[in-house]
Amino acid sequence: MTSREKILSQVRQNKPVAVPLPENISFATVTAPERLPAFVKSFTGAGGVVGIVSDLASIGRELQVLFDKPERVMNTLPAIGYGLAPDEAIAQGHVLANLEVAVVLGSLGVAENGAIWVSAENIPTRVLPFICEHLVLVLPQSQIVGTMHEAYAVLPKSFPDYGVFIAGPSRTADIEQSLVIGAHGPKRAHVFILEKE
Amino acid sequence: MHNEYIIPTDHATAAEVFLQDEERANWHDKALWFIREKRDVATKQIPDWELLRETASQIKQNVLGNLDNYLEMFEQNALQNGIKVHWAADAAEHNQIVLNIIQQHGIQKLVKSKSMLTEECHLNDYLLENGIDVIDTDLGERVVQLAKEPPSHIVLPCIHKRKEEVGELFHIHLGTEKGASDPAYLTEAARQHLREKFLTSDLAITGVNFAIAETGGFVVCTNEGNADMGAHLAKVHIACMGIEKIIPKAENLGVFLRLLARSATGQPITTYSSHFHRPAKGQEMHLVLVDNGRSVQLGLKDFYNSLKCIRCGACINTCPVYRRSGGHSYHYAISGPIGAILAPNMDMRKNADLPFASTLCGSCTNVCPVKIDIHNQLYKWRQVLGEEGYVPATKKQSMKAMGSLLSNPTLYRIAGKSGRTMMRLLPGLANNKALNPWAKQRDMPAPPKESFRDWYLKNKKQHD
Amino acid sequence: MKIGLFIPCYVDQFYPQVAIATLQLLEKLGLDVDYPLNQTCCGQPMANSGFEKYAKGCDALFTKNFAQYDYIVSPSGSCVLHVKEHLHDDKNPAAAEHIRGRVYELCEFLTDILKVKDLEARFPHKVGFHISCHGQRGLHLSQMSELVAEDFSKPGYLLNMVKDLELIPLNRKDECCGFGGTFCVSEEAVSVKMGKDRVQDHLQHQAEYITGGDMSCLMHLEGILRRQKSPVKVVHIAEILNGSYA
Repeated sequence: MTSREKILSQVRQNKPVAVPLPENISFATVTAPERLPAFVKSFTGAGGVVGIVSDLASIGRELQVLFDKPERVMNTLPAIGYGLAPDEAIAQGHVLANLEVAVVLGSLGVAENGAIWVSAENIPTRVLPFICEHLVLVLPQSQIVGTMHEAYAVLPKSFPDYGVFIAGPSRTADIEQSLVIGAHGPKRAHVFILEKE
Repeated sequence: MHNEYIIPTDHATAAEVFLQDEERANWHDKALWFIREKRDVATKQIPDWELLRETASQIKQNVLGNLDNYLEMFEQNALQNGIKVHWAADAAEHNQIVLNIIQQHGIQKLVKSKSMLTEECHLNDYLLENGIDVIDTDLGERVVQLAKEPPSHIVLPCIHKRKEEVGELFHIHLGTEKGASDPAYLTEAARQHLREKFLTSDLAITGVNFAIAETGGFVVCTNEGNADMGAHLAKVHIACMGIEKIIPKAENLGVFLRLLARSATGQPITTYSSHFHRPAKGQEMHLVLVDNGRSVQLGLKDFYNSLKCIRCGACINTCPVYRRSGGHSYHYAISGPIGAILAPNMDMRKNADLPFASTLCGSCTNVCPVKIDIHNQLYKWRQVLGEEGYVPATKKQSMKAMGSLLSNPTLYRIAGKSGRTMMRLLPGLANNKALNPWAKQRDMPAPPKESFRDWYLKNKKQHD
Repeated sequence: MKIGLFIPCYVDQFYPQVAIATLQLLEKLGLDVDYPLNQTCCGQPMANSGFEKYAKGCDALFTKNFAQYDYIVSPSGSCVLHVKEHLHDDKNPAAAEHIRGRVYELCEFLTDILKVKDLEARFPHKVGFHISCHGQRGLHLSQMSELVAEDFSKPGYLLNMVKDLELIPLNRKDECCGFGGTFCVSEEAVSVKMGKDRVQDHLQHQAEYITGGDMSCLMHLEGILRRQKSPVKVVHIAEILNGSYA
């Protein structure tokens, strides 16, 4: 008998009586007008910075102020008009080891915790939002939902090959519970919320 | 044959050693209580927190009652996604599977993010014996790895270490300045040191927080980003999980991700909640499903629901005994209350002391996000251990004697009277620190001249 | 209504004044209280040590002693909880079940059954209230700090009726004191450290007295206070509510 069969048969024999899966439980949510302020509070609470802009071009202008060297910014959203577009070579994430800034589209935001969904479909390589020093996310305001329950209701049933909720810059508190921002991932995280699409 | 067994360093002995440095014990207690308080603040912002806990507990109940079906469904979907699925009946098989994959690729060194399962299986030691260099990349885990110690906490592996000690370790191993202990400075040094490891490792091992039967994908949660850095930069990603980590649907993540980080550290969510469904182009993705005693535990009526655990560590942070004895005093991969009810499933003899390392205060049960009745299980384990002969014979004999004495009102009264008389006449004996562990650091109560019963007979009965 | 007074063994032997206060308080409230003379112990020490089987004799005796009462009342949350959760008697299962459903800790009996609105008592001191874990998390005498739920405290409600009593706040309102039954000797070091920390929380808030519903916790804290030569005293809540503390 293979281990697979052994495990499954033992589980079958020993498992407790099945109960139905709880469904359609309604949890309190964040009301529509409260979503943006709640999101901002959560994201900044996690050490991130929030900017609210009216269009993609104005993000470009803001980036110019923040990072004066466009060659150090990898921008996956051409309409922003600032920084370098990713090219084929970066399929190997290793070449990004010294990347300063990555600009990435977030397709969903969650008000209760400031998490932003980044899908593999929107990034040229999975490691991009982790390996950069400074992560800039772009999130349409219309895509902010109240809670994680709503987030999973909206995400596609057939998940992308890879997707991640990102809630702020990387962090650790492993040494004496002192919070240090910037562990292995970005040391800073910025989100620009787009008022219009 | 009576199978009495005395553990070389049982919890009580290890705790006594831990408490010899009282100032340090105070610091340890406060560090963990601080996290408990952050957890309280975070949970109180969710008005339907208790409903969330109840829902999570029911989802897990559904999982355990259908575990075979979900495992098969998960396997089928994961295979379709291009993930290679392996089954390991025990720790040895798990380690063998991982080593085989490593050797097939001719790999010598690898990075690993936190996985309590691999701790349980002692994977690091096994790989090391086989000439593989394993680098733990979670900061806390790297610290204990450099110190050649096991983690003392499932979420905060080096919570027992002071920053000066981390500074000294980093000075020796990473070349940081002598005497430097600023956490930001030390974290930056670890970042530089580990980034080089990420960039040069062809294989990454991660744990799994949740595996979704319906979609054949799995979720890994970290704050540091180390699981992603490792997995995305490696050609081969191996994810290892216990079979109980399955959840039925992606939508269930809504419940669990709301609970996990709030319970663990008081954050509303971990910085990264990564959903892996298919390997990247040119990458290989493996998933190892490990039983290692779980399918047996599933059949124990009183104990199976500890398989609901999502490894948040809330019970550890709140445990007044853990805070004052340290994770290593539990001598098992998972410390604290949850460890104390999981460990006897693995080895009753070796872990017989752990269910007794508790006052049964019940705080663990109240913070558990999946409502495991931890303190009741501690009580029930005590009964099993008593029945099976794993409680020291002296304790058993005294309990037997006490049981007979207290079942007999006359004997009880004689013993009580002589006890009180003795304490009145020889208070020094009752307070003798060597003979009476109570009196080592506490005074005995002053014995009254009569019992309540005596008083009652004198003052009440006659008036009736 | 006939009340059976259940006095835990160590209270009978070491703290008769607590039992007297309980009895007097119930009688003052007009109740017909009986003290079964052959009672000993609820059996918890054996059961918590892993030997429920050696508590069977205690269970049978307890069932015999208390089966006839409408309510069984005791000044100990811990012993009451043990009876409520673990009292079984193979020969008299119905009697044991009756007792399990009818056993009350003193404070909850006063608030929930008698619905006491006022008490004749005065205690002009700063008092810290130590809630026992079995009383709180077991019997739900007060809200548990871990839960997201409305705050309440049955003992606190009663202490508020006592004239001139000042209830002090604590940093950790429901941290365990570390007594834990046989834990207090089998894990002596941790037990004492927990007790010292619990005492310190009260001292830090200038408590003159530490009170509570479980004399076992208080005995442990008293042992530490005395060893530290502290002037702070312990007093059972029954003594305060009865106004009999001397």
